[in-house]
Amino acid sequence: MTMLSGQADNHPWRNIKNALASTATFVSALLVIAPLALVFFHLLVNGASSVNWAFFTHLPKPVGEAGGGMVNAIVGSLELLALASIIGIPIGVLGGVYLAEYGTARVNWMLRFVADVLNGVPSITWGVVVYGLVVLRFKGFSAYAGGLALGLIMIPLILRTTEEVILLVPNGYREAALALGVARWKTIVHIVMKTASKGIITGILLALARIGGETAPLLFTAFGNHFWNHSLSQPIAALPLQIFTYAISPYDDWHRQAWAGALVLVTGIFCVNVIVRILTRQRTASVV
Amino acid sequence: MEVALRPGVAPNDPRSVARAMAPPSRFGDKAFEWLTMAMALAVVLLVILTGWQLWRGSSLAIQKFGFHFLATSTWDPVAEQFGALPFIYGTLVSSLIALLIAVPLSIATAVYLTELAPLWLRQPLVSLIEMLAAIPSVILGLWGIFVMVPWLRDYPFPLLKRLFGWTPFFCGPIYGTSMLAGGIIIAIMILPIITSVSREILRSVPDLQREAAYALGATRWEVTRIAVLSYARKGLFGAVILGLGRALGETMAVTMVIGNTPQIAASLFKPGYTLASVIANEFTEATTDIYLEALFEIGLVLFGVTILVNLIAQLLLKTMTTTSATRAVQ
Repeated sequence: MTMLSGQADNHPWRNIKNALASTATFVSALLVIAPLALVFFHLLVNGASSVNWAFFTHLPKPVGEAGGGMVNAIVGSLELLALASIIGIPIGVLGGVYLAEYGTARVNWMLRFVADVLNGVPSITWGVVVYGLVVLRFKGFSAYAGGLALGLIMIPLILRTTEEVILLVPNGYREAALALGVARWKTIVHIVMKTASKGIITGILLALARIGGETAPLLFTAFGNHFWNHSLSQPIAALPLQIFTYAISPYDDWHRQAWAGALVLVTGIFCVNVIVRILTRQRTASVV
Repeated sequence: MEVALRPGVAPNDPRSVARAMAPPSRFGDKAFEWLTMAMALAVVLLVILTGWQLWRGSSLAIQKFGFHFLATSTWDPVAEQFGALPFIYGTLVSSLIALLIAVPLSIATAVYLTELAPLWLRQPLVSLIEMLAAIPSVILGLWGIFVMVPWLRDYPFPLLKRLFGWTPFFCGPIYGTSMLAGGIIIAIMILPIITSVSREILRSVPDLQREAAYALGATRWEVTRIAVLSYARKGLFGAVILGLGRALGETMAVTMVIGNTPQIAASLFKPGYTLASVIANEFTEATTDIYLEALFEIGLVLFGVTILVNLIAQLLLKTMTTTSATRAVQ
């Protein structure tokens, strides 16, 4: 592609402009990734010293006492993710199957459109909706409410990724199964979904990484809890919520804990992203 | 960042083959089709349910305040006076600041990534931008409170005041937490999405366009400007609108740095408040029914506006990608 730019030598100004544009866009790219580097640097500087064994094994200490941990929030977040998965995964995956295997072009266009619009709805909206649906009705904040709010966010995310990967399954697989007289739904479940399983799991993991950091929908559904949650119908702690509460508090000890929590949360999310990258690399390799 | 951009799926469309070859209908087949259809329709149900729930939750407030809710600026829970104007103002101004910062940077980055960067550098940069997108809002907010805001307060804000203090936008005392800080943090949040969608758009520009410009002796930048950018204008606009949708609804990071004061002030150094932040901050404190209803109504406004903005964005993006795909085939 560069061979032709040499011919423009008779117009030095055009080459200068070319160099200027390259430099300016390069600087923009640096500015875009600068926040990432800065956030990482400060997370490590401020958080690393407070991430210790106690952080993963102890409950939060009351104000004024140094130390303590966030084990309840870490476990709470995992419980919420599990509850969200119960709602989000079946609806998202099966809905994606419908889009890829059944729906007519027009219906699919509309459903895809609605899902994409839903992905852009602010996550705090789901908190308000679930507050009206669950918290007001059952008179109390609960893990169920938090899980539902997160599950609703998962649905359109998983729906779209599942559809994309199922469409990648070559038609020969379907034809082969159908030619052997296998029922269509068995073909879809045992052949198509199985072939696409890595991609479907990738989509689920990405959705989990996304909702694992969500705070806004949990503020008035899961609500947070400084102790262990003994029943899913009670308020439950979550790592992002705890980080928020500690960050806006006036206590230095809590600020340190917030940094530590943030470091743990970001590490978890990036681990999931790395796993996803490894999975997708294998998938593309096997297709080729 | 998964975004709906796909060229036509015609050559390998499972529907046509499966329908032609499907065995005579059986109970299992019908049941499975209905099950998956019900799940797919859940997204539509979700939109209706949300709209209905927000409407129902705010019906009293809507009756009591009517359109004044959107046009008055008194927010006094004790006197039960609720006007959402300061929040609407704060949301619009902070999103506008965010777009002013994020749009040039992200589109320039997308251009760099698709047209100008050396090939070996492209994938690593894309991965880094995806990582930025994966940072949760609350963590960016934490960094905002303890790192960004103090830095802004000590260095860039005084400089802005010295240079532009004569305008109404950069005058008055500097607190740090402010409308400008909120706008900057939103900009950081929306940089990755505008960049990655713009990149997809630029990649969907057919190479024929570029080759034609190269054949006329254009430099790399001229190819980008004449053949790529002007061709992709509509799609890039879609990417910007998508970014606007995200900016309007951004909650945690903004709440932590914008100052949370319901006021309409020209100076960007003054604290502000947004629709999403007032819900986040006051929802659990709403002691009276009408207070809660007013917050539900704010949720309804936010939901309506973001649905509308995303609708426009998706329409722009979908028409862009389909036209470019068909043109590439021709």
